[in-house]
Amino acid sequence: MEKYTGKSVLKGVAIGRIYWYHKQDYQVARTEVADKEAEKKRFAQAVETAQEQLTRLYEETLARVGEDHAMIFDIHKMMLEDDDYLDAVNEVLEEGLNAEYAVETAQNQFAEMFASMDDDYMRARAADIKDISKRVIRILAGVPEDGILTDEPVIVVADDLTPSETVRMDKNKILAFVTVRGSSNSHTAILARSMNLPALVNTGMEAGEGLNGKIGVVDGFRGEFLVEPDQELLDEMIHRKNQWVADLEALEQLKGKDNVTSDGRRVDIFANIGKVEDADGALAADAGGIGLFRSEFLYLGRESFPTEEEQFLSYKAVLEKMGDKKVVIRTLDIGADKKVDYFNLEEEENPALGYRAIRICLDRPEIFITQLRAIFRASAYGRAAIMFPMVVSVAEVRRIKEIVEQVKQELSVERYPVKDVELGIMIETPAAALISDELAKEVDFFSIGTNDLTQYTLAVDRQNQKLESTCDTHHPAVLKLIKMTVENAHKEGIWAGICGELAADTELTETFLDIGVDELSVSASSVLKVRKAVRDI
Amino acid sequence: MKEFQFTIKDPAGIHARPAGLLVKKAAQFQSAVTINGNGKSADAKKLIKVMSLGIKQGMEISCQIEGEDEQAAFEAMKSFFDDNL
Repeated sequence: MEKYTGKSVLKGVAIGRIYWYHKQDYQVARTEVADKEAEKKRFAQAVETAQEQLTRLYEETLARVGEDHAMIFDIHKMMLEDDDYLDAVNEVLEEGLNAEYAVETAQNQFAEMFASMDDDYMRARAADIKDISKRVIRILAGVPEDGILTDEPVIVVADDLTPSETVRMDKNKILAFVTVRGSSNSHTAILARSMNLPALVNTGMEAGEGLNGKIGVVDGFRGEFLVEPDQELLDEMIHRKNQWVADLEALEQLKGKDNVTSDGRRVDIFANIGKVEDADGALAADAGGIGLFRSEFLYLGRESFPTEEEQFLSYKAVLEKMGDKKVVIRTLDIGADKKVDYFNLEEEENPALGYRAIRICLDRPEIFITQLRAIFRASAYGRAAIMFPMVVSVAEVRRIKEIVEQVKQELSVERYPVKDVELGIMIETPAAALISDELAKEVDFFSIGTNDLTQYTLAVDRQNQKLESTCDTHHPAVLKLIKMTVENAHKEGIWAGICGELAADTELTETFLDIGVDELSVSASSVLKVRKAVRDI
Repeated sequence: MKEFQFTIKDPAGIHARPAGLLVKKAAQFQSAVTINGNGKSADAKKLIKVMSLGIKQGMEISCQIEGEDEQAAFEAMKSFFDDNL
């Protein structure tokens, strides 16, 4: 047996025969032609044929997976109409060289330009330039399009796949994709996800003809590709595959159902998101709302502070997507461990115990006020709530509330419509949990951040892999703090949720319900899993 | 000549899809339409050029329009940016 690892695109299991998808790499020769004008005409006709093929692909993809994925072929058509691209080809044709060579020259020129850009998305455009150029070259040379010749469904293994290759494959004949290269952002990965097929990319394996016909297993949970496993392992994988299919079907059935136990206790199950587009996944997973919208994405990976307007549009987009469902936005949670140069933060000995999150916001209120203004302005478009990270004292909460009042007054003077917004705090320090009775008098809700709460309670750095076994998230001390926090919340009539990783731990779901937790906020992919755990109680 | 400034709000910047739509919009007019941003400049009627600007969220661009139908083109391009980017 051989075993390879790659980046998993979809958590699932596929078992079947391997089909080595080998691109017929047509070798382009450089030859001189006698009639320049005739060669230009031959090129123009090939472009026309390519445009017809792309129109067909656009329509087929539109019907199969929708406008978002079909759009790429419309872009390909426009690239093929692009003057700069056509000029580059014609320049070589003008020298009296053959059209295949001219297209390849233009392809290399533009692909290199895109490949050198500092942006993953734009780098992927290099693949698009190659895709359209190969199409024209194939037409010029009369090479047929590659396809899969098989009667039974197979696991397709390839070096890399272009979007048009992926879409053209007959879905009924494919069990999974495995590619040697490629990223999880590539169109292949996106299409595989939309077709609900397990896929592994970037396996770096040595693939070739030798794989053809062998039995393979794609394990998207572990990111593994097994070739010719022994019978015992194969039996185990068959069992896991059946389990996966059964679980998937069972979970699908739970969409639209309530999160209620057999004895009638219910809990809200919300989703955690980190960027605007994630709201779509939360809705698709049937989450009851957003329990944690991390706002860091607005600040990371850029050179200056995001403006109020930019932030406003992002919050508004999520609130509009979620409609009447609640969206809890967490204010800036950045510190010295996250690199954001324009904040000019000093290096720290202990960043986890340092200048971060609400501590920065209260020290540099101009940053905080911009974010609060954006959130309150967006509040008119949905059901927003705000929570503040890393609180350790009542004084901090009172200071936050003063700033919030100031922001609301400013906005009211400026005549912005603003709705009522619940104000809550993260309980993620032992200090906050221990004084939660006092804090509960000040706010509308608590959200317990179990990752930091565990780290601070057990004095264990969660980034240190050596301490993994010491970092016991089920530690009684952590559970006691959670219980204390929830009880103190209820005494003051406010709600309490959990938004750390522990919320999705189904071994604890019953414990959380016994404690009286009102809301569990988990990743979109865990929403139905946790709903099942609740309904099984 | 007409000109306007715009700060890109779309979280993904001028990526493939809006770039395609932008080029189609600019092509409807006779006027020359130029986009300046990210230290580069591109003819808005050329897709590959527009894509290669690599414009991301938060960047400020300027759009210059020059030609006989510049008033109509100015208004159309301005509302295109407002609606799509």
